[in-house]
Amino acid sequence: MKLSKEQVRHVATLARLELKDEEEERFSGQLSAILDYINQLEELDTDGIQPTSRALDVNNVFREDEVKARFDEGSWRSNAPSEEMDHFRVPKIIEG
Amino acid sequence: MTQPCFMTMGELSAKLEAGEVTSEEAVLSYIERINSVDEKINAYVTVDREGAIEQARDADRLRASGSKGPLLGAPLAIKDLVTTRNLRTTCGSKILENFIPPHDAFVIEKLKQAGAVVLGKTNMDEFAMGSSTETSYFGPTRNPWDTDKIPGGSSGGSAAAVAADLCAAALGSDTGGSIRQPSALCGIVGLKPTYGLVSRFGLVAFASSLDQIGPMTKDVTDSAILLSAIAGHDPNDSTSADRPVDDYTAALDKGVSGMNIGVAEEYFTEGIDPEVDSSVRNAISVLKEQGANIKTVSLPHTKYAVPTYYVIAPAEASSNLARYDGVKYGYRSESPKGLMEMYKKTRMEGFGPEVKRRIMLGAYALSAGYYDAYYLKAQKVRTLIRNDFVDAFKEVSAIISPTTPAPAFGIGEKSDDPLQMYLSDIFTISCNLAGIPGLSLPCGFTSGGLPIGAQIQGDFFSEPTVLRVARALEKGLKLDGGKPAINQDG
Repeated sequence: MKLSKEQVRHVATLARLELKDEEEERFSGQLSAILDYINQLEELDTDGIQPTSRALDVNNVFREDEVKARFDEGSWRSNAPSEEMDHFRVPKIIEG
Repeated sequence: MTQPCFMTMGELSAKLEAGEVTSEEAVLSYIERINSVDEKINAYVTVDREGAIEQARDADRLRASGSKGPLLGAPLAIKDLVTTRNLRTTCGSKILENFIPPHDAFVIEKLKQAGAVVLGKTNMDEFAMGSSTETSYFGPTRNPWDTDKIPGGSSGGSAAAVAADLCAAALGSDTGGSIRQPSALCGIVGLKPTYGLVSRFGLVAFASSLDQIGPMTKDVTDSAILLSAIAGHDPNDSTSADRPVDDYTAALDKGVSGMNIGVAEEYFTEGIDPEVDSSVRNAISVLKEQGANIKTVSLPHTKYAVPTYYVIAPAEASSNLARYDGVKYGYRSESPKGLMEMYKKTRMEGFGPEVKRRIMLGAYALSAGYYDAYYLKAQKVRTLIRNDFVDAFKEVSAIISPTTPAPAFGIGEKSDDPLQMYLSDIFTISCNLAGIPGLSLPCGFTSGGLPIGAQIQGDFFSEPTVLRVARALEKGLKLDGGKPAINQDG
């Protein structure tokens, strides 16, 4: 199975990655080889087998919705790439 | 007296308790050693020299006022994807190069309560994606036994730090073998606990249904001590198991007489290195001499573990790593023109090639039209792999196998071939998919002097049994391969 450069570009957009030309080329080859390897799963008959999404059967873990002061006040600020007036600052979202 | 840095954690603890050494002296001994040795192996990303001395003095004061405990004053290294309050946590990535966590992970809170000292943060493959610690933004870690070789990964920094006596013990994380594989290649003991035994709160997520934190130590006793300190229920991790914590040191020396121990032929495949094969077979005969009943078991879906993993782990990773968008924390690309460009450029510049490859693979497997063929199929095969173990553990209490098919390979040897790199985890991945515990311990050396690891896997929450088998093997093998090369010229 060969993943085309167009498919690579589409997946990159889904994943919010900008790829350079040579990366598109390399990923197209490497991802195709990995997918070929993964395709051996098709040999197995899995009709009627329940999927496992987690190792332990833990369901619906509830707790009280209480506010707890875990972080120092304003500690978010020191890691923010850009902030202003107690908000995260980002580039313009709506064009025009 | 031996310098504190060359002791096991248990030995150091006894000396601290006897008042023959202080925690401050121990920390200084480690710092001196890190200063002279770590430039050759690059095990640490960050060494918190001042903070560690301060914590050691606190521990010494506590001891003077009557406090006790096996971890009180013990200098530990922490893989750099476990958050430490006010101490940089990078995940080996440019995107988190300057990230200072506002909180401690659950395991760090537990260690601090026990009086342990955090010496620093260890190097790793970027976001734990790799088997060689070569994908770190901070440069590769080298194997202390041969600095031209990889230490394994992704917890390669922790494994190298323990092997080269740069800490008393360390924490790693294991998603597909990232504790056990580097432990095998560096000649130390590494344990991946049962999924849910140790809280993942504060562990930077890679593949949430597989990730576990575990101890990486100089011997089996230290592994039991450290596990006892970090295990336990945590309401902040909804996948944390709400069950009482066992005393993992209690049954260590009970031996294996009469115990059924399984050997699966699927782990002795044709590609296995002959020296690894004979070393693990020797370990099996040692267990037999100690009275264990060796039984053949079958794990027929073993060969499907790697392909299953490389659907599930990248799929979960592509979702987990969506949070690195340049908005709230971490790296942001300079002066992007709009929001979309900010996301794409931030992630292009912030992530390395292996992380991008896995995000792409995961996003593809989850994308419209492919979900059933890849993700759902892999989850069903995961059930088959899990059932193999459930059936096997009806017959035996533990399963012994090689940890890796070969000893440490050369730096750069597999960098251009991702699939070959993925196959170095062929014997460790099933354990994470099933959720069971697995431990690697040294069982011999190659003729070239590189360590070989044996893996002990056990049933869900059977860590006491796994540790007991490992301890019996450790005693029976009486390995004396000396110390890593780095310890002789350093």
